[in-house]
Amino acid sequence: MSERQNDTLLEVKGLKQYFNINLGFFRSKPLKAVDDVSFSIRRGETLGLVGESGCGKTTVGRSILHLYQPTAGQVIYDGKEINSKESLKEFRKKATMVFQDPYSSLNPRMTVSDIVAEPLDVHHLYSTKQERNDRVLELLGYVGLNSEHASRYAHEFSGGQRQRIGIARALAVNPEFIVCDEPVSALDVSIQAQVINMFDDLQDKLGLTYLFIAHDLLVVRHISDRIAVMYLGKMVELADAEEIYSHPLHPYSQSLLSAVPLPDPKAARANKRIVLNGDIPSPLNAPSGCPFRTRCPHATEACAQSMPPFEEVDKGHFVACHRVREIG
Amino acid sequence: MALLEVKDLHTSFFTDAGEVKAVDGVSFELDRGKVLGIVGESGSGKSVTAYSIMQILAPTGKIVGGSVKLDGTELVGADENILRKVRGNRISIIFQDPMTSLNPTYTIGHQLVEAIRLHTDRNRKQAWDRALEMLQLVNVNEPRRRLKQYPFELSGGMRQRVMIAMALACEPDILIADEPTTALDVTIQAQILELMQDLQKKLGMAIIMITHDLGVVAQLCDEVIVMYAGSICERGTADEIFYTPAHEYTKGLMRSIPRDENNGQRLQPITGTPIDLLNMPKGCPFAPRCDHAMKVCLTERAPRMQVGEAHFSSCWMNVKDAADRGEITVEGGQDHV
Repeated sequence: MSERQNDTLLEVKGLKQYFNINLGFFRSKPLKAVDDVSFSIRRGETLGLVGESGCGKTTVGRSILHLYQPTAGQVIYDGKEINSKESLKEFRKKATMVFQDPYSSLNPRMTVSDIVAEPLDVHHLYSTKQERNDRVLELLGYVGLNSEHASRYAHEFSGGQRQRIGIARALAVNPEFIVCDEPVSALDVSIQAQVINMFDDLQDKLGLTYLFIAHDLLVVRHISDRIAVMYLGKMVELADAEEIYSHPLHPYSQSLLSAVPLPDPKAARANKRIVLNGDIPSPLNAPSGCPFRTRCPHATEACAQSMPPFEEVDKGHFVACHRVREIG
Repeated sequence: MALLEVKDLHTSFFTDAGEVKAVDGVSFELDRGKVLGIVGESGSGKSVTAYSIMQILAPTGKIVGGSVKLDGTELVGADENILRKVRGNRISIIFQDPMTSLNPTYTIGHQLVEAIRLHTDRNRKQAWDRALEMLQLVNVNEPRRRLKQYPFELSGGMRQRVMIAMALACEPDILIADEPTTALDVTIQAQILELMQDLQKKLGMAIIMITHDLGVVAQLCDEVIVMYAGSICERGTADEIFYTPAHEYTKGLMRSIPRDENNGQRLQPITGTPIDLLNMPKGCPFAPRCDHAMKVCLTERAPRMQVGEAHFSSCWMNVKDAADRGEITVEGGQDHV
């Protein structure tokens, strides 16, 4: 047990992120984007975080990095809690982010070398101009770009190349941990594979740990060691990637995985889809108890009463469902 | 005779930077009641092909050659009055983004009734009943209430259902679906695909499914066209395209997506970047990214080769393979699909 604890790089405990939604006339209501989420990430692994739009997966990533000030909960990195300005500054040197949209996440008025060097400037990580330049070229080299690209502007690049620039920027401070927020979903299929392979290579080379947020379940399965599934601000299941694909236990994970269109006609014909009724409820009016009960084919009275605890039902397999033992 | 016959279609956009050949010699036929998938990356010309069939191109775009025949009637260059009868009545289209394809200032009912009355001689009351019937058909819950609601009150999946209802209200022969589920979540996508499959069986229409998602194609399509840089590189049944791809681009695509066969292995991406349509290479457009490119690929377009019963591919590798086996059957010489 102690060995496993030492292995943990990042621990999130009871993370809550509420946003106040203004309803007019001085009335407001909290939108519970992330509601009591706890998990940990081991050193060197890739944790995939999946769910549909509005489930809070991006907010989890941003709250971990304190791009939003979390409403409640703890983020513990390498044994130290992030709770002060100093600890946050140290943390930001070790944890960075790659954003979803390679078009809007790069400043159009900065050259590529300035974009990549900005984190170096912020954290004063060089002493001479030469050092800064060398570091920029090294970073561009990591992502398959070269000095020729350094003096150009972002608009001169294709989507895949821009995402490489964003990754080079994330690597600038020599991070240990990167939050990848849908880094390949804006890219064409033929380019996606290039970028996914690059994430793999960089992980091997630099010993990185990823929180990989995506909605493309086939991509997540490919890249992740473990996968967490979120629904309406709650984490509903967490397990090893292969385990969750072969034995999903939560009814939401089951339907989510069965809904993935498989790029294989025979498998697609054989696939029994569990098609859910209705839409995701608005997070402003989340159902009582289990958030999934309104669409769940197995819901009972008890599901409306209380939120099921997030329990380990099998070794390393966590599920939040009242009826997991009956339906799993 | 095929229901829809597209022959050597060329569509260009005339921009300040020069002519962009968005569709460069596309030919295919579509039979009644079939589902045809068109796959390709952004910029491959799949949407422009659809817009050319409907002739709803942006002002800078123009069909510069070829023909589109619906039941034998030529549509390219046809009178606007004829086209108006075809659009919506015989060929309908659903667009990718359900958020922006409905008018935010009118109710759902108003927009459905408008479409129905435009194409049929129903009166307002009958059109309203038809609208209600259509919403029931596409499984919208509480259809009566929805008719009086505005688009912003509906979720994305619901709006896409309304778009489908509108497109099907006049029972078209052909439904063109331009990335209908790309903006939707996976579980909602499953609902919409299931719905389209059901309706297709019930109403017996043909569907042209335009998408970049190979999973959607595998799920829905009888036949598949793979496009790259404005031309068709391969065409075949879904099984042929997925299990025995012939064109190097299709093979590359199949290797680059994560699926069961390559689970746990490294993906094999297609190298290079997508083509710049303003600077098209002379030969095969895929040659600069192709691992097997030969000399001839850089100078000449490959002819269309029959590689299976209904399986065609335009790749010099197929010509080479056939020549190696000594059984060349080149169809149409210059006619590069």
